[in-house]
Amino acid sequence: MMLDILHPFEIGFFDIMNFAVHVGLPHFLLLSAVLFAIGLFGLMTKRGIIPALMSIELMLNSVNINLVAFNRYMPMQDYAGQLMAVFAIAVGACEVAVGVALAFRIYSDRKTVNIDDLNSMKG
Amino acid sequence: MNEILSLVHNVVDWGMSMLMELGAPDLIMAGIFYALAGVAVLSALGVVLMRNVVHSALMLTASFIGVGCLYIYMDASFMGAVQFLVYGGAVAILIVMAVMLTRRPDMAHSNPSRGIISQIGAAIVAGIFCCVMAFVALLSPFRVSLADGQILGDSVTGIADLMLAKYVLPFEVAAVLLLIAMIGAIILAKRNPKEADEL
Repeated sequence: MMLDILHPFEIGFFDIMNFAVHVGLPHFLLLSAVLFAIGLFGLMTKRGIIPALMSIELMLNSVNINLVAFNRYMPMQDYAGQLMAVFAIAVGACEVAVGVALAFRIYSDRKTVNIDDLNSMKG
Repeated sequence: MNEILSLVHNVVDWGMSMLMELGAPDLIMAGIFYALAGVAVLSALGVVLMRNVVHSALMLTASFIGVGCLYIYMDASFMGAVQFLVYGGAVAILIVMAVMLTRRPDMAHSNPSRGIISQIGAAIVAGIFCCVMAFVALLSPFRVSLADGQILGDSVTGIADLMLAKYVLPFEVAAVLLLIAMIGAIILAKRNPKEADEL
């Protein structure tokens, strides 16, 4: 169930189908990489505060997928990976609460939610 | 009549054995995985590409729910429940409230992106990151699932035993962190009384 990508010309159709059908750790790692890249793209292109927060949430989610997948598909004695994901979720919830409060405050002080307009430290 | 029934039985048995030989359970599990992963990835793309920020928030909720279903797929039912409650519930509501309380003149174009050059640059950076991570994932020892199908017992019991015995200090620190974040959010979001008088 593994692809030898160092020799890409020796990978046949059967190998690819075999890899695709037997879902394991690398599938979840690839999915998490894709989700993280989408969040990174959103974080770099969005102009609003709240869409940027949404992109950060996507990236946090992809990291949690990694933690749970390692706990599931690697030899483990206990559920430490899932517990770490629970802590990551708690920290992510704190982060989004403070971020939304900051967005409220910036909006009520400056009447804008555009990141590019927030170019002075002095209110 | 009995001959016809036995013929049907034989056909069904043959079909089932053929499916088992072809690996039907693996195919079904793979189909479920790709459906859930498709929900998560396409909704995430929707979050980034939608023009209306309310649609983005709804897409974000769909992505969270897809990821939560993937947790349940990985036998992490407690993580799935936490994901549904915290992300699909609380964080989604918070973000929708933030969208509601920060009004814009034109809601249809309320989720603006940067110019096309910045978008291409960001797409290149994100694509390079994704490719590098994919190569690392396929080259590292993690390309094989060493412990596929290991049984660790009940997920909720295991997490509770860890959280309240071995990792009790991080648990308490997380509780304090949540309290501090709540107080800080209230203080930040509350308007300064002097400024309120001036307005």
